[in-house]
Amino acid sequence: MAIHYSEIQETIRMVQMESLDIRTVTMGISLRNCQDSDFEKVKANVYDKIVSYAGQLKPIAEQVEKEYGIPIVNKRISITPIAEILGDLSVDQAVELAKVLDKAAEKTGVDFIGGYSALVHKGMTKADQTLLEAIPRALSETNRVCSSVSIGTTRTGINMDAVGQLGHVIKETAELTKDQDSIGCAKFVAFCNPVEDNPFMAGAFHGAGEGEAVLSVGVSGPGVVLNALKRYPEADLGEVADVIKKTVFKITRAGELLGRVVAERLNVPFGIMDLSLAPTNAMNDSVAEILEEIGLESVGTHGTIAALALMNDAVKKGGAMASSYVGGLSGAFIPVSEDNGMIRGIQDGSLTLDKLEAMTCVCSVGLDMIALNGDAPAETLSAIIADEAAIGMINKKTTAVRVIPVVGKNEGEMVEFGGLLGRAPIIGVKPFSSEKMIKRGGRIPAPLQALIN
Amino acid sequence: MQKRAVVTVVGKDQVGIISKVTTVLAKHKMNIHDISQTILQDYFTMMMIVEMKNKDLLEDLLEAFEQVEAEMNLTISVQLEDVFQAMHRI
Repeated sequence: MAIHYSEIQETIRMVQMESLDIRTVTMGISLRNCQDSDFEKVKANVYDKIVSYAGQLKPIAEQVEKEYGIPIVNKRISITPIAEILGDLSVDQAVELAKVLDKAAEKTGVDFIGGYSALVHKGMTKADQTLLEAIPRALSETNRVCSSVSIGTTRTGINMDAVGQLGHVIKETAELTKDQDSIGCAKFVAFCNPVEDNPFMAGAFHGAGEGEAVLSVGVSGPGVVLNALKRYPEADLGEVADVIKKTVFKITRAGELLGRVVAERLNVPFGIMDLSLAPTNAMNDSVAEILEEIGLESVGTHGTIAALALMNDAVKKGGAMASSYVGGLSGAFIPVSEDNGMIRGIQDGSLTLDKLEAMTCVCSVGLDMIALNGDAPAETLSAIIADEAAIGMINKKTTAVRVIPVVGKNEGEMVEFGGLLGRAPIIGVKPFSSEKMIKRGGRIPAPLQALIN
Repeated sequence: MQKRAVVTVVGKDQVGIISKVTTVLAKHKMNIHDISQTILQDYFTMMMIVEMKNKDLLEDLLEAFEQVEAEMNLTISVQLEDVFQAMHRI
Protein backbone atom coordinates (compact mmCIF):
# COMPACT_ATOMS: atom_id res chain seq x y z
CA MET A 1 0.00 0.00 0.00
CA ALA A 2 1.32 3.42 -0.92
CA ILE A 3 2.61 5.55 1.91
CA HIS A 4 1.68 9.19 1.84
CA TYR A 5 4.48 11.73 2.07
CA SER A 6 2.93 13.40 5.08
CA GLU A 7 3.12 10.05 6.86
CA ILE A 8 6.78 9.65 5.97
CA GLN A 9 7.39 13.14 7.30
CA GLU A 10 5.54 12.34 10.51
CA THR A 11 7.72 9.31 11.21
CA ILE A 12 10.89 11.22 10.47
CA ARG A 13 9.82 14.09 12.69
CA MET A 14 9.09 11.66 15.52
CA VAL A 15 12.56 10.14 15.30
CA GLN A 16 14.65 13.22 14.59
CA MET A 17 12.90 15.90 16.62
CA GLU A 18 10.75 14.18 19.23
CA SER A 19 13.08 11.47 20.60
CA LEU A 20 11.10 8.47 19.36
CA ASP A 21 13.14 5.42 20.16
CA ILE A 22 12.89 1.81 21.18
CA ARG A 23 14.03 2.06 24.77
CA THR A 24 15.22 -1.49 25.13
CA VAL A 25 15.36 -4.91 23.57
CA THR A 26 15.86 -7.34 26.42
CA MET A 27 16.73 -10.98 25.99
CA GLY A 28 15.43 -13.24 28.72
CA ILE A 29 17.57 -16.32 29.31
CA SER A 30 16.74 -19.23 31.58
CA LEU A 31 19.64 -20.31 33.78
CA ARG A 32 17.81 -23.23 35.39
CA ASN A 33 20.00 -25.84 33.76
CA CYS A 34 23.20 -24.14 34.97
CA GLN A 35 23.07 -25.66 38.44
CA ASP A 36 25.85 -27.99 39.53
CA SER A 37 27.33 -29.21 42.77
CA ASP A 38 30.70 -27.85 41.65
CA PHE A 39 30.75 -24.04 41.93
CA GLU A 40 33.37 -23.67 39.22
CA LYS A 41 31.05 -25.50 36.85
CA VAL A 42 28.11 -23.27 37.83
CA LYS A 43 30.16 -20.19 36.95
CA ALA A 44 31.25 -21.66 33.62
CA ASN A 45 27.69 -22.80 32.77
CA VAL A 46 26.20 -19.39 33.55
CA TYR A 47 28.82 -17.48 31.60
CA ASP A 48 28.71 -19.78 28.59
CA LYS A 49 24.94 -19.88 28.38
CA ILE A 50 24.54 -16.10 28.54
CA VAL A 51 27.30 -15.45 26.04
CA SER A 52 26.11 -18.11 23.61
CA TYR A 53 22.51 -16.84 23.57
CA ALA A 54 23.14 -13.11 23.75
CA GLY A 55 26.47 -12.86 21.93
CA GLN A 56 24.79 -11.54 18.81
CA LEU A 57 22.15 -9.41 20.55
CA LYS A 58 24.00 -6.13 20.30
CA PRO A 59 25.32 -6.40 16.71
CA ILE A 60 21.96 -7.61 15.39
CA ALA A 61 20.00 -4.91 17.23
CA GLU A 62 22.41 -2.29 15.88
CA GLN A 63 22.00 -3.62 12.36
CA VAL A 64 18.19 -3.48 12.67
CA GLU A 65 18.22 0.08 13.99
CA LYS A 66 20.35 1.07 11.03
CA GLU A 67 18.01 -0.55 8.53
CA TYR A 68 14.87 0.98 9.98
CA GLY A 69 16.31 4.28 11.06
CA ILE A 70 14.86 4.09 14.58
CA PRO A 71 17.32 4.01 17.48
CA ILE A 72 17.29 1.06 19.88
CA VAL A 73 18.79 2.76 22.92
CA ASN A 74 19.54 -0.18 25.20
CA LYS A 75 20.32 -3.83 24.72
CA ARG A 76 19.86 -5.85 27.88
CA ILE A 77 19.65 -9.31 29.35
CA SER A 78 17.33 -10.68 32.01
CA ILE A 79 17.96 -14.01 33.69
CA THR A 80 16.24 -16.52 35.96
CA PRO A 81 16.08 -15.05 39.48
CA ILE A 82 19.54 -16.07 40.58
CA ALA A 83 18.46 -17.25 44.05
CA GLU A 84 16.82 -20.19 42.30
CA ILE A 85 20.17 -21.61 41.27
CA LEU A 86 22.21 -20.63 44.32
CA GLY A 87 21.48 -23.82 46.26
CA ASP A 88 23.92 -24.17 49.13
CA LEU A 89 26.41 -21.57 47.91
CA SER A 90 27.87 -19.11 50.40
CA VAL A 91 27.46 -15.33 50.37
CA ASP A 92 31.00 -14.95 49.01
CA GLN A 93 30.20 -17.34 46.19
CA ALA A 94 26.97 -15.48 45.43
CA VAL A 95 29.00 -12.27 45.09
CA GLU A 96 31.44 -14.09 42.85
CA LEU A 97 28.54 -15.24 40.69
CA ALA A 98 27.45 -11.59 40.34
CA LYS A 99 30.91 -10.85 38.98
CA VAL A 100 30.51 -13.67 36.45
CA LEU A 101 27.22 -12.09 35.34
CA ASP A 102 28.97 -8.74 35.07
CA LYS A 103 31.68 -10.28 32.93
CA ALA A 104 29.13 -11.96 30.66
CA ALA A 105 27.28 -8.65 30.29
CA GLU A 106 30.51 -6.90 29.40
CA LYS A 107 31.42 -9.59 26.88
CA THR A 108 28.04 -9.33 25.13
CA GLY A 109 28.15 -5.53 25.24
CA VAL A 110 24.78 -5.07 26.97
CA ASP A 111 24.45 -2.18 29.40
CA PHE A 112 22.60 -4.04 32.15
CA ILE A 113 21.86 -7.61 33.16
CA GLY A 114 18.85 -8.02 35.45
CA GLY A 115 17.80 -10.94 37.57
CA TYR A 116 20.14 -10.94 40.55
CA SER A 117 16.86 -11.51 42.25
CA ALA A 118 14.82 -13.46 44.74
CA LEU A 119 11.09 -13.99 45.08
CA VAL A 120 10.36 -14.00 48.80
CA HIS A 121 6.80 -12.68 48.95
CA LYS A 122 5.65 -15.64 51.04
CA GLY A 123 8.78 -16.96 52.65
CA MET A 124 12.50 -17.21 52.30
CA THR A 125 14.66 -20.20 51.40
CA LYS A 126 18.25 -20.53 52.50
CA ALA A 127 19.37 -19.47 49.03
CA ASP A 128 17.08 -16.41 49.13
CA GLN A 129 18.68 -15.41 52.42
CA THR A 130 22.16 -15.84 50.91
CA LEU A 131 21.18 -13.64 47.99
CA LEU A 132 19.78 -10.88 50.18
CA GLU A 133 23.00 -10.82 52.17
CA ALA A 134 25.06 -10.74 48.96
CA ILE A 135 23.16 -7.89 47.27
CA PRO A 136 25.04 -4.90 48.76
CA ARG A 137 28.46 -6.28 47.81
CA ALA A 138 27.24 -7.56 44.45
CA LEU A 139 25.91 -4.14 43.50
CA SER A 140 28.98 -2.29 44.70
CA GLU A 141 31.52 -4.65 43.12
CA THR A 142 29.88 -4.92 39.69
CA ASN A 143 28.81 -2.34 37.13
CA ARG A 144 26.05 -3.89 35.08
CA VAL A 145 24.25 -6.25 37.42
CA CYS A 146 20.75 -5.23 38.54
CA SER A 147 18.91 -6.77 41.45
CA SER A 148 15.31 -7.04 42.52
CA VAL A 149 13.39 -8.69 45.32
CA SER A 150 9.69 -9.49 45.36
CA ILE A 151 8.31 -8.94 48.86
CA GLY A 152 4.58 -9.08 48.32
CA THR A 153 1.75 -10.10 46.02
CA THR A 154 -2.00 -9.73 46.09
CA ARG A 155 -2.39 -13.49 46.55
CA THR A 156 0.16 -13.95 49.32
CA GLY A 157 0.23 -10.70 51.22
CA ILE A 158 3.44 -8.93 52.22
CA ASN A 159 6.45 -10.63 53.79
CA MET A 160 7.32 -7.99 56.37
CA ASP A 161 10.39 -9.90 57.60
CA ALA A 162 11.85 -9.50 54.12
CA VAL A 163 10.72 -5.86 53.95
CA GLY A 164 12.53 -5.28 57.24
CA GLN A 165 15.71 -6.78 55.83
CA LEU A 166 15.56 -4.78 52.62
CA GLY A 167 15.82 -1.51 54.53
CA HIS A 168 19.21 -2.70 55.74
CA VAL A 169 20.17 -4.03 52.30
CA ILE A 170 19.52 -0.60 50.78
CA LYS A 171 21.39 1.20 53.57
CA GLU A 172 24.39 -1.09 53.22
CA THR A 173 24.43 -0.74 49.44
CA ALA A 174 24.33 3.04 49.81
CA GLU A 175 27.21 2.92 52.28
CA LEU A 176 29.35 0.66 50.05
CA THR A 177 28.90 2.97 47.07
CA LYS A 178 29.05 6.27 48.97
CA ASP A 179 31.98 7.45 46.86
CA GLN A 180 29.65 7.50 43.85
CA ASP A 181 26.64 9.10 45.53
CA SER A 182 25.33 5.70 46.65
CA ILE A 183 24.61 4.75 43.05
CA GLY A 184 24.44 1.05 43.92
CA CYS A 185 20.88 1.63 45.14
CA ALA A 186 19.86 2.75 41.64
CA LYS A 187 20.38 -0.86 40.55
CA PHE A 188 18.02 -2.33 43.13
CA VAL A 189 14.21 -2.58 43.17
CA ALA A 190 11.80 -3.98 45.73
CA PHE A 191 8.61 -5.25 44.07
CA CYS A 192 5.06 -6.08 44.96
CA ASN A 193 3.29 -8.13 42.25
CA PRO A 194 6.35 -8.22 39.96
CA VAL A 195 5.81 -9.28 36.35
CA GLU A 196 7.87 -12.09 34.87
CA ASP A 197 8.48 -10.53 31.47
CA ASN A 198 9.43 -6.96 32.28
CA PRO A 199 12.15 -5.76 29.87
CA PHE A 200 12.97 -2.60 31.85
CA MET A 201 15.73 -2.24 34.42
CA ALA A 202 16.47 -2.43 37.22
CA GLY A 203 13.57 -4.83 37.77
CA ALA A 204 13.87 -7.22 34.82
CA PHE A 205 14.10 -10.94 35.47
CA HIS A 206 13.24 -14.04 33.45
CA GLY A 207 10.28 -15.54 35.28
CA ALA A 208 9.44 -19.12 36.09
CA GLY A 209 6.78 -19.37 33.37
CA GLU A 210 9.11 -18.25 30.62
CA GLY A 211 10.86 -20.39 28.03
CA GLU A 212 14.52 -21.09 27.36
CA ALA A 213 15.16 -17.69 25.80
CA VAL A 214 12.88 -14.89 24.67
CA LEU A 215 13.16 -11.38 23.33
CA SER A 216 11.00 -8.61 24.75
CA VAL A 217 10.80 -4.99 23.77
CA GLY A 218 10.20 -1.83 25.75
CA VAL A 219 9.04 1.14 23.71
CA SER A 220 9.03 4.68 24.86
CA GLY A 221 8.26 8.10 23.52
CA PRO A 222 7.02 10.69 26.02
CA GLY A 223 8.47 13.30 23.64
CA VAL A 224 6.27 12.12 20.79
CA VAL A 225 3.14 12.15 22.96
CA LEU A 226 4.00 15.61 24.32
CA ASN A 227 4.44 17.06 20.84
CA ALA A 228 1.23 15.45 19.60
CA LEU A 229 -0.67 17.06 22.48
CA LYS A 230 0.89 20.44 21.78
CA ARG A 231 -0.90 20.40 18.45
CA TYR A 232 -4.28 20.25 20.24
CA PRO A 233 -4.17 22.92 22.93
CA GLU A 234 -7.98 23.33 23.01
CA ALA A 235 -9.04 19.68 22.89
CA ASP A 236 -11.31 18.38 25.65
CA LEU A 237 -10.06 15.51 27.82
CA GLY A 238 -11.78 12.85 25.73
CA GLU A 239 -9.91 14.13 22.69
CA VAL A 240 -6.69 14.32 24.70
CA ALA A 241 -7.05 10.62 25.49
CA ASP A 242 -7.67 9.95 21.84
CA VAL A 243 -4.55 11.83 20.72
CA ILE A 244 -2.43 9.85 23.21
CA LYS A 245 -4.00 6.57 22.08
CA LYS A 246 -3.30 7.20 18.41
CA THR A 247 0.25 8.34 19.04
CA VAL A 248 1.05 5.37 21.25
CA PHE A 249 -0.45 3.06 18.63
CA LYS A 250 2.12 4.26 16.09
CA ILE A 251 5.03 4.08 18.52
CA THR A 252 4.07 0.55 19.53
CA ARG A 253 3.73 -0.68 15.97
CA ALA A 254 7.23 0.54 15.18
CA GLY A 255 8.55 -1.12 18.34
CA GLU A 256 6.88 -4.43 17.65
CA LEU A 257 8.14 -4.51 14.07
CA LEU A 258 11.74 -3.93 15.09
CA GLY A 259 11.46 -6.32 18.04
CA ARG A 260 10.14 -9.10 15.85
CA VAL A 261 12.91 -8.59 13.30
CA VAL A 262 15.57 -8.72 16.04
CA ALA A 263 13.98 -11.84 17.58
CA GLU A 264 13.77 -13.58 14.22
CA ARG A 265 17.40 -12.91 13.42
CA LEU A 266 18.49 -14.10 16.85
CA ASN A 267 16.32 -17.17 16.35
CA VAL A 268 14.49 -16.79 19.65
CA PRO A 269 10.73 -16.30 20.13
CA PHE A 270 9.33 -12.80 20.45
CA GLY A 271 8.03 -12.31 23.98
CA ILE A 272 6.09 -9.16 24.71
CA MET A 273 5.88 -5.47 24.05
CA ASP A 274 6.05 -3.32 27.14
CA LEU A 275 4.14 -0.14 26.43
CA SER A 276 5.74 2.12 28.93
CA LEU A 277 6.26 5.82 28.59
CA ALA A 278 9.76 6.00 30.01
CA PRO A 279 11.16 9.50 30.29
CA THR A 280 14.78 10.52 29.80
CA ASN A 281 16.65 13.69 30.58
CA ALA A 282 16.56 14.65 26.89
CA MET A 283 14.73 17.92 26.23
CA ASN A 284 10.96 17.44 26.24
CA ASP A 285 11.20 13.67 26.81
CA SER A 286 9.29 13.99 30.04
CA VAL A 287 6.15 12.40 31.49
CA ALA A 288 5.74 15.36 33.87
CA GLU A 289 5.63 17.73 30.93
CA ILE A 290 2.81 15.72 29.35
CA LEU A 291 0.80 16.18 32.55
CA GLU A 292 1.61 19.89 32.48
CA GLU A 293 0.59 20.06 28.81
CA ILE A 294 -2.76 18.56 29.77
CA GLY A 295 -3.21 21.60 31.95
CA LEU A 296 -1.29 21.63 35.23
CA GLU A 297 0.87 24.60 36.13
CA SER A 298 3.42 22.33 37.72
CA VAL A 299 3.44 18.56 38.15
CA GLY A 300 2.29 17.47 41.60
CA THR A 301 -0.42 20.07 41.99
CA HIS A 302 -4.10 19.16 42.42
CA GLY A 303 -5.31 17.28 39.35
CA THR A 304 -2.04 15.44 38.78
CA ILE A 305 -3.47 12.04 39.60
CA ALA A 306 -6.49 12.52 37.34
CA ALA A 307 -4.26 13.57 34.45
CA LEU A 308 -1.88 10.69 35.07
CA ALA A 309 -4.74 8.18 35.25
CA LEU A 310 -6.11 9.43 31.95
CA MET A 311 -2.71 9.27 30.30
CA ASN A 312 -1.79 5.85 31.68
CA ASP A 313 -5.05 4.32 30.52
CA ALA A 314 -4.83 5.88 27.05
CA VAL A 315 -1.29 4.55 26.64
CA LYS A 316 -2.50 1.04 27.37
CA LYS A 317 -5.51 1.29 25.06
CA GLY A 318 -3.45 2.53 22.12
CA GLY A 319 -0.72 0.02 22.68
CA ALA A 320 -2.98 -2.95 23.31
CA MET A 321 -4.51 -2.58 19.87
CA ALA A 322 -1.14 -2.15 18.20
CA SER A 323 0.48 -5.30 19.52
CA SER A 324 -0.70 -8.87 19.83
CA TYR A 325 1.40 -9.53 22.91
CA VAL A 326 1.38 -6.78 25.46
CA GLY A 327 3.04 -7.47 28.77
CA GLY A 328 5.67 -6.24 31.16
CA LEU A 329 4.78 -3.20 33.20
CA SER A 330 2.95 -1.29 30.46
CA GLY A 331 1.95 2.17 31.62
CA ALA A 332 3.75 5.34 32.51
CA PHE A 333 6.95 5.44 34.53
CA ILE A 334 7.47 8.31 36.90
CA PRO A 335 11.14 8.13 37.82
CA VAL A 336 12.25 11.39 39.35
CA SER A 337 15.92 11.62 38.40
CA GLU A 338 15.28 10.67 34.77
CA ASP A 339 12.55 13.22 34.14
CA ASN A 340 13.40 16.92 33.92
CA GLY A 341 9.80 17.89 34.65
CA MET A 342 9.66 15.83 37.85
CA ILE A 343 12.98 17.30 39.01
CA ARG A 344 11.63 20.80 38.45
CA GLY A 345 8.40 19.91 40.26
CA ILE A 346 10.34 18.89 43.36
CA GLN A 347 12.58 21.93 43.22
CA ASP A 348 9.53 24.21 42.88
CA GLY A 349 7.82 22.48 45.78
CA SER A 350 4.77 21.31 43.81
CA LEU A 351 5.80 17.66 43.87
CA THR A 352 6.41 15.80 47.12
CA LEU A 353 7.14 12.25 48.18
CA ASP A 354 3.55 11.89 49.38
CA LYS A 355 2.16 12.98 46.02
CA LEU A 356 4.52 10.64 44.17
CA GLU A 357 3.25 7.84 46.36
CA ALA A 358 -0.33 8.71 45.51
CA MET A 359 0.53 8.86 41.81
CA THR A 360 1.75 5.28 41.93
CA CYS A 361 -1.86 4.17 42.60
CA VAL A 362 -2.79 5.01 39.02
CA CYS A 363 0.35 4.49 36.97
CA SER A 364 2.60 1.70 36.03
CA VAL A 365 5.14 1.19 38.76
CA GLY A 366 6.11 2.98 41.91
CA LEU A 367 8.54 5.21 43.72
CA ASP A 368 11.35 5.27 41.22
CA MET A 369 14.79 6.85 41.27
CA ILE A 370 14.09 9.04 44.25
CA ALA A 371 17.06 10.36 46.20
CA LEU A 372 16.55 10.54 49.96
CA ASN A 373 18.60 12.03 52.75
CA GLY A 374 21.48 9.70 53.57
CA ASP A 375 20.68 9.46 57.26
CA ALA A 376 17.20 8.03 56.67
CA PRO A 377 16.96 5.02 59.03
CA ALA A 378 16.70 1.50 57.57
CA GLU A 379 13.30 1.07 59.23
CA THR A 380 11.99 4.17 57.45
CA LEU A 381 13.14 2.75 54.11
CA SER A 382 11.42 -0.52 54.97
CA ALA A 383 8.27 1.38 55.86
CA ILE A 384 8.35 3.20 52.52
CA ILE A 385 8.61 -0.19 50.80
CA ALA A 386 5.73 -1.52 52.94
CA ASP A 387 3.50 1.43 52.00
CA GLU A 388 4.16 0.97 48.28
CA ALA A 389 3.69 -2.79 48.53
CA ALA A 390 0.35 -2.26 50.29
CA ILE A 391 -0.80 -0.01 47.43
CA GLY A 392 0.16 -2.71 44.93
CA MET A 393 -1.30 -5.55 46.95
CA ILE A 394 -4.70 -3.92 47.44
CA ASN A 395 -4.96 -2.52 43.92
CA LYS A 396 -3.77 -5.76 42.28
CA LYS A 397 -1.01 -3.97 40.41
CA THR A 398 2.75 -3.91 40.29
CA THR A 399 4.39 -1.41 42.58
CA ALA A 400 8.06 -0.96 43.18
CA VAL A 401 10.50 1.05 45.24
CA ARG A 402 13.85 2.22 43.96
CA VAL A 403 15.11 4.83 46.37
CA ILE A 404 18.64 6.04 46.96
CA PRO A 405 19.52 7.27 50.45
CA VAL A 406 22.58 9.27 49.39
CA VAL A 407 25.22 9.04 52.09
CA GLY A 408 26.34 12.45 53.29
CA LYS A 409 23.63 14.44 51.53
CA ASN A 410 20.64 16.25 52.96
CA GLU A 411 17.26 17.52 51.82
CA GLY A 412 17.48 20.14 49.10
CA GLU A 413 20.92 19.18 47.79
CA MET A 414 21.29 17.85 44.23
CA VAL A 415 22.90 14.57 43.31
CA GLU A 416 24.22 13.64 39.85
CA PHE A 417 24.08 9.98 38.85
CA GLY A 418 25.08 10.56 35.26
CA GLY A 419 23.96 8.94 32.01
CA LEU A 420 20.45 7.54 31.75
CA LEU A 421 20.06 7.67 35.54
CA GLY A 422 20.10 11.46 35.53
CA ARG A 423 20.15 13.73 38.56
CA ALA A 424 17.84 14.30 41.49
CA PRO A 425 17.13 16.69 44.32
CA ILE A 426 17.29 14.99 47.72
CA ILE A 427 13.88 14.59 49.33
CA GLY A 428 13.70 14.43 53.11
CA VAL A 429 11.87 11.54 54.76
CA LYS A 430 9.52 12.15 57.67
CA PRO A 431 11.40 12.50 60.96
CA PHE A 432 8.97 10.22 62.79
CA SER A 433 9.97 6.62 63.36
CA SER A 434 8.32 3.50 61.92
CA GLU A 435 10.71 1.24 63.80
CA LYS A 436 8.25 -0.50 66.06
CA MET A 437 6.00 -1.59 63.22
CA ILE A 438 8.89 -2.91 61.12
CA LYS A 439 10.40 -4.73 64.13
CA ARG A 440 7.14 -6.63 64.62
CA GLY A 441 7.89 -8.61 61.44
CA GLY A 442 5.63 -11.41 60.26
CA ARG A 443 3.40 -11.30 57.23
CA ILE A 444 0.62 -8.95 56.26
CA PRO A 445 -2.17 -11.35 55.24
CA ALA A 446 -3.41 -11.47 51.66
CA PRO A 447 -6.35 -9.12 51.14
CA LEU A 448 -9.94 -9.99 50.35
CA GLN A 449 -10.73 -10.08 46.67
CA ALA A 450 -14.38 -9.22 47.26
CA LEU A 451 -15.86 -6.39 49.37
CA ILE A 452 -13.30 -4.18 47.68
CA ASN A 453 -14.49 -0.65 48.35
CA MET B 1 12.95 -11.02 -0.44
CA GLN B 2 12.71 -7.78 -2.32
CA LYS B 3 12.40 -4.77 -0.07
CA ARG B 4 11.68 -1.14 -0.60
CA ALA B 5 13.28 1.64 1.33
CA VAL B 6 12.41 5.27 1.89
CA VAL B 7 15.19 7.78 1.33
CA THR B 8 14.66 11.27 2.67
CA VAL B 9 16.92 14.23 2.06
CA VAL B 10 16.63 17.49 3.95
CA GLY B 11 18.89 20.51 3.75
CA LYS B 12 19.40 24.05 2.52
CA ASP B 13 18.40 24.39 -1.13
CA GLN B 14 21.30 24.44 -3.57
CA VAL B 15 22.20 23.35 -7.08
CA GLY B 16 22.83 19.66 -7.65
CA ILE B 17 21.25 17.91 -4.67
CA ILE B 18 19.08 15.55 -6.72
CA SER B 19 21.93 14.81 -9.06
CA LYS B 20 24.35 13.91 -6.27
CA VAL B 21 21.85 11.75 -4.40
CA THR B 22 20.55 9.88 -7.42
CA THR B 23 24.08 9.25 -8.66
CA VAL B 24 24.79 7.41 -5.43
CA LEU B 25 21.62 5.37 -5.85
CA ALA B 26 22.48 4.54 -9.47
CA LYS B 27 25.96 3.44 -8.45
CA HIS B 28 24.37 1.00 -6.03
CA LYS B 29 21.97 -0.17 -8.74
CA MET B 30 18.93 1.00 -6.83
CA ASN B 31 15.86 1.74 -8.87
CA ILE B 32 13.73 4.71 -7.86
CA HIS B 33 10.02 3.88 -7.71
CA ASP B 34 8.69 7.22 -6.61
CA ILE B 35 10.17 10.62 -6.03
CA SER B 36 8.83 13.89 -4.67
CA GLN B 37 10.59 17.11 -3.88
CA THR B 38 9.56 20.47 -2.48
CA ILE B 39 11.19 23.60 -1.20
CA LEU B 40 9.83 24.95 2.07
CA GLN B 41 11.25 28.27 3.28
CA ASP B 42 14.60 27.72 1.57
CA TYR B 43 14.68 24.15 2.82
CA PHE B 44 14.95 21.38 0.33
CA THR B 45 12.98 18.24 1.18
CA MET B 46 13.03 15.16 -1.00
CA MET B 47 11.50 11.76 -0.45
CA MET B 48 12.10 8.76 -2.61
CA ILE B 49 10.93 5.18 -2.55
CA VAL B 50 13.68 2.95 -3.86
CA GLU B 51 13.91 -0.71 -4.54
CA MET B 52 16.41 -2.46 -2.33
CA LYS B 53 17.25 -5.76 -3.95
CA ASN B 54 20.10 -6.51 -1.63
CA LYS B 55 19.99 -5.39 1.97
CA ASP B 56 23.69 -6.05 2.35
CA LEU B 57 24.35 -2.98 0.23
CA LEU B 58 22.93 -0.78 2.98
CA GLU B 59 26.25 -0.24 4.75
CA ASP B 60 27.92 0.87 1.53
CA LEU B 61 25.01 3.09 0.64
CA LEU B 62 24.98 4.80 4.04
CA GLU B 63 28.70 5.41 3.77
CA ALA B 64 28.36 6.93 0.32
CA PHE B 65 25.54 9.14 1.57
CA GLU B 66 27.67 10.30 4.48
CA GLN B 67 30.05 11.86 2.00
CA VAL B 68 27.22 13.64 0.21
CA GLU B 69 25.83 14.80 3.57
CA ALA B 70 29.15 16.30 4.55
CA GLU B 71 29.83 17.81 1.15
CA MET B 72 26.44 19.52 0.76
CA ASN B 73 25.44 19.88 4.39
CA LEU B 74 22.36 17.67 4.11
CA THR B 75 20.61 15.15 6.31
CA ILE B 76 19.92 11.92 4.49
CA SER B 77 18.15 8.96 5.99
CA VAL B 78 17.40 5.53 4.59
CA GLN B 79 14.73 3.40 6.25
CA LEU B 80 13.11 0.17 5.16
CA GLU B 81 9.54 0.82 4.08
CA ASP B 82 7.99 -1.70 6.50
CA VAL B 83 8.32 0.68 9.41
CA PHE B 84 6.09 3.24 7.70
CA GLN B 85 3.57 0.54 6.82
CA ALA B 86 3.54 -0.62 10.43
CA MET B 87 3.08 2.85 11.87
CA HIS B 88 0.52 4.23 9.45
CA ARG B 89 -1.50 1.25 8.20
CA ILE B 90 -3.60 -1.19 10.18
